[in-house]
Amino acid sequence: MAVISYRKAINQALEQEMARDESVILMGIDVGGGTGGSGDVGSVGGVMGVTKGLYPKFGPDRVIDTPISESAIIGAAAGAAVTGMRPVAELMFVDFIGVCLDQIYNQAAKFRYMFGGKARTPLVIRTMGGAGMRAGAQHSQNLHPILTMIPGLKVVMPSNPYDAKGLLIKAIRDDDPVVFLESKALYDMKGEVPEEAYEIPFGEANILRDGRDATIVAFGAMVPRAMQAADRLAKDGVKVTVLDPRTTSPLDEEAILDSLDETGRLIVVDESPPRCSLAADVAALAVSQAFDALKAPVGMVTCPHTPVPFAPNLEDAYIPSVERIVEAVKNTL
Amino acid sequence: MAARKTTKNPNVSAEEMLGYYRDMLLIRRFEEKAGQLYGMGLIGGFCHLYIGQEAVVVGLEAAAEEGDKRITSYRDHGHMLACGMDAGGVMAELTGREGGYSKGKGGSMHMFSKEKHFYGGHGIVAAQVPLGAGLAFADRYKDNGRVTFTYFGDGAANQGQVYESFNMAALWKLPVIFVIENNQYAMGTAQKRSTSTEEIHKRGEAFGIPGELVDGMNVLAVKEAGEKAVAHCRAGNGPYILEVKTYRYRGHSMSDPAKYRTREEVQKMREERDPIEQVRAMLLTGKHATEDQLKEIDKEIKEIVNASAEFAKESPEPDVSELWTDIYAEAPAA
Ligand SMILES: Cc1ncc(C[n+]2csc(CCOP(=O)(O)OP(=O)(O)O)c2C)c(N)n1
Ligand SMILES: [Mg+2]
Repeated sequence: MAVISYRKAINQALEQEMARDESVILMGIDVGGGTGGSGDVGSVGGVMGVTKGLYPKFGPDRVIDTPISESAIIGAAAGAAVTGMRPVAELMFVDFIGVCLDQIYNQAAKFRYMFGGKARTPLVIRTMGGAGMRAGAQHSQNLHPILTMIPGLKVVMPSNPYDAKGLLIKAIRDDDPVVFLESKALYDMKGEVPEEAYEIPFGEANILRDGRDATIVAFGAMVPRAMQAADRLAKDGVKVTVLDPRTTSPLDEEAILDSLDETGRLIVVDESPPRCSLAADVAALAVSQAFDALKAPVGMVTCPHTPVPFAPNLEDAYIPSVERIVEAVKNTL
Repeated sequence: MAARKTTKNPNVSAEEMLGYYRDMLLIRRFEEKAGQLYGMGLIGGFCHLYIGQEAVVVGLEAAAEEGDKRITSYRDHGHMLACGMDAGGVMAELTGREGGYSKGKGGSMHMFSKEKHFYGGHGIVAAQVPLGAGLAFADRYKDNGRVTFTYFGDGAANQGQVYESFNMAALWKLPVIFVIENNQYAMGTAQKRSTSTEEIHKRGEAFGIPGELVDGMNVLAVKEAGEKAVAHCRAGNGPYILEVKTYRYRGHSMSDPAKYRTREEVQKMREERDPIEQVRAMLLTGKHATEDQLKEIDKEIKEIVNASAEFAKESPEPDVSELWTDIYAEAPAA
C-alpha cells in the first residue's frame, strides 16, 4: 500500500470524488491560488498546498478561488448544496468561523429539521485548526467544541492519513452539513493509504491500542501524542487503550463506555480550553453513564483557559504535552 | 497603474522631505532585518512585510496630527514605526520576547500602543474596519476633533463588514478615513480575479462617501490626498475613502514563494516606481540634500535597526507564568 501524507490523502479524496461526481466542486480563498494564465500550473493550492494540482485538473469552473468573503462563501455553498450540489467549501483557518458562523449554525445546520425534513444540505466545510505554528491568538485555535454543540452539524477530526481520506470521502457523500477539521500539525504525517476510494463511517471510534489499565480518549492532533504517552507508559508496565472517536458529532459513546467497563479509568486529551470542551463532554458521559465502572476521577488534559500565546515557549506550554498525558494516566492508577 | 497623481510643485520643505525619506528607509531596513531574522529562525510563524508600501503610511502620517488614531491589519510593522513606536519593542515582539509590545504574547500581527494611538494589528481580514469606525465614533462622541485612519487591503475590501461600516460611518458622520492599501494582491489572488469592479475607491458612492484614487508609490501624492481627507473629516463631513495604489515586493508572508506573479512584474515596480528612490531622486535633483547627508541618514537608520535586532535577541523569553496573565481585568487566583 502506498505511504502518503495526510495532506496528500485529503488531496486524493478530493480528486477521486470530483472525478466520480460532477456535483462536487471546491470553493475558497486561494484553493486554486494562481493568478490565471501563467500561474495556473504552479498554483499553490491553498496555504497548506492541500488542493494543489486540482485547479489544473478540473479547471476554474470546479476549483473556484473566491474573494475574502467567508459569510458569502459558506452561505453560497450551503445554498448550492440545498439544490443537490456537493460543494466542498474551504475555510482557511477554523478561527474564521466567526465571520460566517451564522451561515453554519443558523442556516445549513438547521435546514433539515426546521423545514420538517424536506431540505437536505450536503455541504462540506474543510478547515484547519490547532496550535504549534507560532501563528498567534487569531490563527491557532481549535474550535471543535463550538461546532460540536450545534445540532444538525457533523464534525470530523481526522488524526492520520488513512482516516483523513476515508472520512473526507464519507463527508462528501453524506447528506448533512459536515465540518471537516484538519489538523495543521498533521499535514506532513505519513501513513499507508489505499489507492482506491473508501468510506469510513461517522460515529465509529478507532481503537489504536488495547490495554486494560486505563482508557485514553484523544481527538485529532492529540491522538499521536496519546500514542507516544502510551509507549512511555508501557515501559513502566502500564497498558492503556487509546481510543480516537474520529468524529466529535456524532460521538461513539458506546465504544467509550465499553472500554471504560474494561479499564475503569478514563483520561481525555483535548486540544482546547477546558470549559465546555470535548474533554468535559466525555467526562460527563462517563460520570453520568458509567459511574459504577470508574475506579478513579476522570483525568482531563486540555489547554489552559487562555487565548493561544505567540511566544514559542508559551505556546509549547499551552498545548497538552506527552508528559502531561503520562502524568494524568498515572494519577488515575 | 491608472490615474496616476503627481505632485509637481509640492509645498513641502527640504526638511520634511528628508523626514519622509528617513521614515520610509527605517521601515524598509527594519523589514529587511525582520526577513533576515526570520531566515535565521529567530522569528517564526507569520511575518508580513511592508516593503514597497512605505509611502502609504509615511504620507498619511504626514497628514496626521497628535492624537489622531490608526488601526490596521496584520501587515502592521510599517504603521507602528511610522507613528513613532519603538523599533526595539516591535522587533522583540516578532521574536516573541518579554521586551516586545505585547510581552511576546501577540507576535508580528498583534501589537497595540495607547500612547501612540495605535489600536492594533488585527489578523482577521477586515475586522479592523468596524473597529476603526468605533474609534471614530468615540472621537465624534467626545467632539475632540480627532480622526481615525482605518487601513485595510484590496482583499479585505470584499468583506461584508466593510460595507456595514461604510453605511454606519456615513449615517453618523464619523471622522474616519478608510485607507484601502491596494497592493493588487490578496495572498495569491490578483485583485482582478476577486473583485467585480476594480475601482474600489468608488465603492463609497452608494453610501455618499467621497473616494479618491491615490498614487501610493509617491509619498507627496499620498500626503496631499491625506490632508484633503483629514480636512474633510475634521470639518464634520463624515468619512472619506482613499484607495492608495501600491505594491508589495515580497510574498504575502515569509512563507509565500509568490509564484502567482512574474519576476518581471516585481522588478519593473522596483526599478521604475520605488517610493524611496523617488524621494531620493527628488532630494538630489532638487539639491535639497547631498549624497553625504543621505549617507548619514542611512547610517543612522542602520544603527537603529541593528539595535532593535540586538534587543530582540537579548530580551528574555516571557516567563511561563505569563501564559495565565492578561486574560481578565482581575488577576488570576494565585
Ligand atoms: C477572515 C479572514 N479570511 C481569510 C484570512 C486569510 N488571509 C490573511 S491575509 C489575506 C489576504 C488579504 O489581502 P489584502 O486585504 O489585500 O491585504 P494584504 O495582505 O495585501 O496587505 C487572507 C486571505 C484571514 N486572515 N481572515
Ligand atoms: Mg492586498
